[in-house]
Amino acid sequence: MARFTSGDSVTVRRAFPPGHVRTPYYIRGKSGHVERVLDSFANPEELAYGRDGLPKRPLYRVRFAQSRVWPDYSGAPGDTLDVELYEHWLEPAGEESA
Amino acid sequence: MTLRSDGNVLDHYQAMELAVSALLIDKGYFTEDDMAAEIDAMAKRTPEIGARVVAQAWTDPDFKARLLEDGTGACESIGLDMGPTRLMVVESTADVHNVIVCTLCSCFPRMLMGIPPDWYKSKDYRSRVVREPRVVLKEFGTEPGADVDVRVHDNSADMRYLVLPKRPDGTDGMSREELAKLVTRDSMIGVKIVEAP
Repeated sequence: MARFTSGDSVTVRRAFPPGHVRTPYYIRGKSGHVERVLDSFANPEELAYGRDGLPKRPLYRVRFAQSRVWPDYSGAPGDTLDVELYEHWLEPAGEESA
Repeated sequence: MTLRSDGNVLDHYQAMELAVSALLIDKGYFTEDDMAAEIDAMAKRTPEIGARVVAQAWTDPDFKARLLEDGTGACESIGLDMGPTRLMVVESTADVHNVIVCTLCSCFPRMLMGIPPDWYKSKDYRSRVVREPRVVLKEFGTEPGADVDVRVHDNSADMRYLVLPKRPDGTDGMSREELAKLVTRDSMIGVKIVEAP
């Protein structure tokens, strides 16, 4: 069961675990909103080590305003960035400990 | 065994790839023939497959709706083999210009476009298109207006992305086959638009 639904504001955990992770470095600590709940998938961060990756993890497409990702963003104000993120990387926006 | 044309010294990953594939063959997971067949099958997939999907979406509103809702299912419904990965199709319009990247590696909708171009895998493209997409697009000759939202898709996990480019004006009378010929690999990545003939 997915914890977040479409439209929810979320913040990407500012975590730096070693090894194989699927959350790009540049997006950690940034806030956006859930554009779409994708399916659940075996966790690739476990599969990478030969484990079964279960239970499956919900995957989200999270949309970020470029101006909130890059403080010096030089494009247009409506420009956005969509990133696929697993649920264990997301927190409700506002609960992030900086 | 495989010979490298680009110099005599293998780098770390090339040596590892040769060692791992030799081990897998020795242990009977697959044969050298299986590997050659897979490489052949990969080489046979070309952007023409994706172009046919785009042309069908432009000319068949029901198919387009299904494609945007469930890319994998829509493609399978017209007989395409989508393999294990899942497809998400994003539509470029007069208001939104989409472009895809995989910042972590080189995820690419291979089932519809084959092997990605070298520049798509380059650190330069992967690091810059998320940070300064309009600058990168301009280098490809694409300049969306300030009233168009540029939407970058980082396909770093389990979905693969395909851009459904905007159908060019002045193509109303064209057949699906004629339209498919206009659709390029770069337009389905989103670094270029589809031009009217």
